[in-house]
Amino acid sequence: MSNSALQITDLYKRYPNGVEALKGLNLTVEQGDFYALLGPNGAGKSTSIGIISSLVTKTSGKVTIFGYDLDTQLVHAKRQIGLVPQEFNFNPFETVLQIVVNQAGYYGITRREATHRAEKYLRRLDLWEKRDSRARMLSGGMKRRLMIARALIHEPKLLILDEPTAGVDIELRRSMWDFLRDLNQQGITIILTTHYLEEAEMLCRHIGIINHGELIENTSMRNLLAKMQSETFIFDFIPTDEKPQLTGYNATLVDVGVLEVDVKRNQGLNQLFELFAQQGIKILSMRNKANRLEELFVHLVTDNQGATNE
Amino acid sequence: MNNLYWVALCSIWRKEVTRFLRIWVQTLVPPVITMSLYFIIFGSMMGNRIGQMNGVSYMQFIVPGLIMMSVITNAYSNVCSSFFSAKFQHNIEELLVAPVPTHIIILGYVGGGIARGILIGCIVTIVSLFFVSFTVHSWWVILCTLLMTATLFSLAGLLNALFAKTFDDISLIPTFVLTPLTYLGGVFYSLSLLPPVWQLVSTFNPIVYMISGFRYGFLGIYDVSLWMTYLILAIFITLFYAFAWYLIEKGKGLRN
Repeated sequence: MSNSALQITDLYKRYPNGVEALKGLNLTVEQGDFYALLGPNGAGKSTSIGIISSLVTKTSGKVTIFGYDLDTQLVHAKRQIGLVPQEFNFNPFETVLQIVVNQAGYYGITRREATHRAEKYLRRLDLWEKRDSRARMLSGGMKRRLMIARALIHEPKLLILDEPTAGVDIELRRSMWDFLRDLNQQGITIILTTHYLEEAEMLCRHIGIINHGELIENTSMRNLLAKMQSETFIFDFIPTDEKPQLTGYNATLVDVGVLEVDVKRNQGLNQLFELFAQQGIKILSMRNKANRLEELFVHLVTDNQGATNE
Repeated sequence: MNNLYWVALCSIWRKEVTRFLRIWVQTLVPPVITMSLYFIIFGSMMGNRIGQMNGVSYMQFIVPGLIMMSVITNAYSNVCSSFFSAKFQHNIEELLVAPVPTHIIILGYVGGGIARGILIGCIVTIVSLFFVSFTVHSWWVILCTLLMTATLFSLAGLLNALFAKTFDDISLIPTFVLTPLTYLGGVFYSLSLLPPVWQLVSTFNPIVYMISGFRYGFLGIYDVSLWMTYLILAIFITLFYAFAWYLIEKGKGLRN
């Protein structure tokens, strides 16, 4: 049995309208990993997930899930996967409990066992009180949690979440992060696509970036962040008569008492604070201009865009 | 593995039955009202003036045809609307991501259509008892014809849903194909009353065979041979099943 939770080899997808969504995608996700699959809109993330979960037919290539080939061992492969899609795709007229218990039935789980498991997951996701409510009556956040409960009911080894926190408020998002971390610690391999790069940075150990149907980056989060050449910080300070002089740094006064400074990797912050101290500048607060992964993501995708155009 | 498939089949079937029972005002009441009107207008009011048909009262003659008509339309529309809604709302993906073979998906949905068709058939039969006494020539023929016809039209509804892209598409076939074929299928008249040319044309209408077979089960009279009824039903069921299986396997309207 393979050690990989997911192995994709030379995956191609060409749609009938001629669009080539995937151009020989190669990707491996190890067992127990928390993997972020990122990419701009239309990069091929959802197509990849669609193929893995049998909702999209591939043009060519090979996909194995925990060693089970999607072409020859489909039933075994499907049993390993739980999918939380981007769009709500349950019957809005069914109750929460019906949706989860029926889904269990499709995996051969008896009704008695399914009801037991449904209680377990609905309680964990704070939906048990809503078990007899029709799905259409739930709030957006509850609907997202319902899809997670439904995906977990057959206790998959690989959970794929396609933008699970889109449109979810901050409090709920953070509680979902805790829940997902907990699942991962229990040994469930998780693949996450998201547009919130802070989310990917907080949760994931490895990261893959897809652009134009190809994997342009596949590494650990640590290695990826190490590639950053510089970071931009914003400093709030008590305004002085003279503009701060920060020799060796690219600094811009963006407002009264607000300074934006690019700090190269080899420069560090100590030297910068020394310069502030020498000029008697009192710093009130500092923050990143953007999430650091976001900066890197934009950089990588833009570079790849340029290379493709050339 | 067999247990997995059995549980999956029961889950789909239960979901389908729960669906049509939940919306019973839309699914169970209308056919009962429609058939009651047929019984009152064609059976009681006009039937007395028409007299006998093939040796039985006109009311007795039309009851099996009307029961069969309600079975056909309800089996068809149950699968068609349910499967299309699942496609439209994308909750068919719940089944597509699960290890459920195509045969089980077909059997589950068709099972739901059969359940509704037979339930409606039973209710209409009970309603008919208010108008005419109940006679049975052969229970076996009634049950076989009922089951095979409900199966066939459930499969036809599934095919319609697979091809349908809009809600208009699921009403086109019932309106322009199913209703004319049913009304011209010998519900209200015996084929022997038609001129020879139209008798010949009617033999190309598969519903003629089903209504004739069903009527034989109740009254012991028929327009076409019973074996022909079963042969036609078996051929169409096999063809429709194979076609539905092929389309779902290929992902027609289901997978990109």
